[in-house]
Amino acid sequence: MKENVLASETQTGAPAFGRGRSWAQVMERYGILVVFMLLVAASALLSPVFLRPANILNVLRQISITGVIALGMTFVILTAGIDLSVGSVVALVTVLAASFQRLGLVPVLLLGLAVGSAMGLINGVGIAMGRISPLIMTLAMMYMGRGLAFMYSGGLPIYGIRPAFIQFGNGFTVGIPNSVLYFVVLLILSIAVLRFTAFGRFVLAVGSNEEAARLAGVRVSRVKVQVYVLSGLFSGFAGLVYAGQLGIGVALAGLGYELSAIAAVVIGGTSLFGGQGSVFGTFLGAAIVGVTNNLLNLMGIDPLVQDFMKGLIILAAVLINRRRT
Amino acid sequence: MAILELHGITKRFPGVTALQEISFGIEEGEVHALVGENGAGKSTLVKILAGAVRPDAGTVLYLGHPVAFREPQDAIQQGISTIHQELHLAPHLSAAENIFLGRYPLTRRVTIDWPQLYRDAEAVLGRLGVTLDVRQRVRDLSIAQRQVIEIAKALVHESRVLILDEPSAVLGRHDLRLLFGVLAALKAHGTTIVYISHRLEEVFEIADRVTVLRDGRRVGTRPVQELTVVGLVQMMTGRSLEELWPVRQHQVGEVALEIRGLSRGQVFRDVSLQVRSGEIVGLAGKVGSGRTEVVRAIFGADAVDAGEILVFGRAAAIRSPWAAVRYGIGLVPEDRKIQGLLQNRPLVENISLTNLGRFIGAGFLRLGQEARAVLALVRALNIRAAGLGQLVKYLSGGNQQKAVLAKWLNSDCRILIFDEPTRGIDVGAKVEIYGLIERLAAEGRAILMISSEITEILGMADRIIVMRAGMIAGTLTRREATENRSAFDALLDG
Repeated sequence: MKENVLASETQTGAPAFGRGRSWAQVMERYGILVVFMLLVAASALLSPVFLRPANILNVLRQISITGVIALGMTFVILTAGIDLSVGSVVALVTVLAASFQRLGLVPVLLLGLAVGSAMGLINGVGIAMGRISPLIMTLAMMYMGRGLAFMYSGGLPIYGIRPAFIQFGNGFTVGIPNSVLYFVVLLILSIAVLRFTAFGRFVLAVGSNEEAARLAGVRVSRVKVQVYVLSGLFSGFAGLVYAGQLGIGVALAGLGYELSAIAAVVIGGTSLFGGQGSVFGTFLGAAIVGVTNNLLNLMGIDPLVQDFMKGLIILAAVLINRRRT
Repeated sequence: MAILELHGITKRFPGVTALQEISFGIEEGEVHALVGENGAGKSTLVKILAGAVRPDAGTVLYLGHPVAFREPQDAIQQGISTIHQELHLAPHLSAAENIFLGRYPLTRRVTIDWPQLYRDAEAVLGRLGVTLDVRQRVRDLSIAQRQVIEIAKALVHESRVLILDEPSAVLGRHDLRLLFGVLAALKAHGTTIVYISHRLEEVFEIADRVTVLRDGRRVGTRPVQELTVVGLVQMMTGRSLEELWPVRQHQVGEVALEIRGLSRGQVFRDVSLQVRSGEIVGLAGKVGSGRTEVVRAIFGADAVDAGEILVFGRAAAIRSPWAAVRYGIGLVPEDRKIQGLLQNRPLVENISLTNLGRFIGAGFLRLGQEARAVLALVRALNIRAAGLGQLVKYLSGGNQQKAVLAKWLNSDCRILIFDEPTRGIDVGAKVEIYGLIERLAAEGRAILMISSEITEILGMADRIIVMRAGMIAGTLTRREATENRSAFDALLDG
């Protein structure tokens, strides 16, 4: 057997990396991180308030709800799927959470997580076993979920959320908003799951090439069901936190959250074709949108330009993330 | 007289010299085969003759005059037509319209004279000895029939030289007969044919002379009567036959895989076979004989209607590839790009995917342990990559195939099924793959190998099972098949 060219690699410990990388390659791999840091630097220069801890926590709090949803969405999109039903999960969960306050905090939390997971399970089974396209299946679930929330609430807000629940969603722990803590914990957990578990590898494999994954012994249907359950679970959790912040349950809650979550994932560099992307990228995607909105506020610019800016960011991110082949 | 003469043709691309001072002549009316491994320079040479690429140095003489084609249309107008692997036909138009595209006969210069068009098309095909309904749309024709349409177009353009770039790569054996019949008819009309192929048996069947390229240089030009397959392989590879086939060291043991009465609809019926530990069994048969479908069924990739699979004597319920992997079976599939590898994922992830469980501790992957184990496999198989993190799509065909093999060594499977293990890889990499398959057998693994290359089956297999029309037509030992090729061919063709 010939002398192996990999030998030199192993002595340095790292697989082909770092040596002779061009600026274009660096941008390809770290483009969004670079953009994020430039944005933060610019914000710090433009506004003296920006770097204050209170402001940073505020930005994080604003992105935490859709951020949590986007974490689950990342796994779905990595399998080349999509989940449009997440906003409706939020709506149904806020309504049910408000309505079942008498059960006590923990049972209501479990109920919310169960409802989110069940909606994800139906999505997953329809997509994996029923061979319905993810777009159609979750579009149907989007309407059905919100429809159920309207039917259950009669279109009216449901009051009566108790202080313990409000504390759960809107309170602080050691000076940090609870929702930010949840987001950070779930972010770290999601990064670990994608990078350091067999499930994470299966998700990437299915998204990269479903047939090759199947022929390598990956149970593709099972993985698909799992990612939709995960997305439903995260959305259910986001709905619970949101109910605590709103103090009411309302069927209009979470309107358009699916698109905000998809935007964060896409800006973060995850390919809609699956198999390529990262959870940390999604965090950056959500943070870029959050920081931009914050900067516009701090500079006293009309908040009505926010949506326009978000559109611009998506477009710019897609161009930055475009893979040079 | 030479209709085409090449003098000192040289072509460089950034980093490589694709062709180095190539000189030889192509005689008028001959079938001249151009052979060589992948990367030998065949396609560059074809592109130069077709006018798609211009040489850096050297001249091409056509009918005794130097030519400088600026674009492919120039070559076609002067009578040199090229049939590429991807055909340039309008799928929604009829066969007749395609043949006369842009040259339709007109009635009083206004409307298309359809009856005349169909008569003319039938006449052109008649000259090629082919009858087919020229009113049919091209998309409803077989690949071989579409090639014939392309050739007919060349005839309409009054081509004197027809260049075919690996036409057989997309054809089954039956379709090949159609193509060869057409080429024989063309030759009878005096058309000069340049035939590019890597299937050597075809070269001996159809060519008058052969030019061999290796690493951008011309190794030689010979009449086929002066050559043998072995000699031609040696010219192409620069290796002797002893270097091509591995020394056989494997010992045949107990029955590892047994199939009893496997059936699936009209695709295959009542297929029974055995593969023993340490044995290499070849599964031969034409495209469409059901070979691939049988091994996919064994691997659980497709469902079956009836039959039993036994692994080491025990009934195995294999309804998915996942189950097959758990029974210690691995499949190196036909198309490594689509079925074998995750092209946009790193090498390490591709290889470890079949058995991630061995790297998991406390629920998490141990990346260091994974990297060490995969690196050991990468070294053992001599996979040339820039690193474990390199995306698989940047590996060469041979290295990709070795990566697929590494996946199954990672799962430590006892039964390995290969479907066309050396398709589309060059001879150097083939030799490495053969050596690896032999080593796996010597380690006691049971090997079932599908191949369309007869020489490969004869060179590797202990026993050869021949499939025809979804059934097993017969079984031969390697010695029987080698000594009595006609019996083997009879089994294949029926």
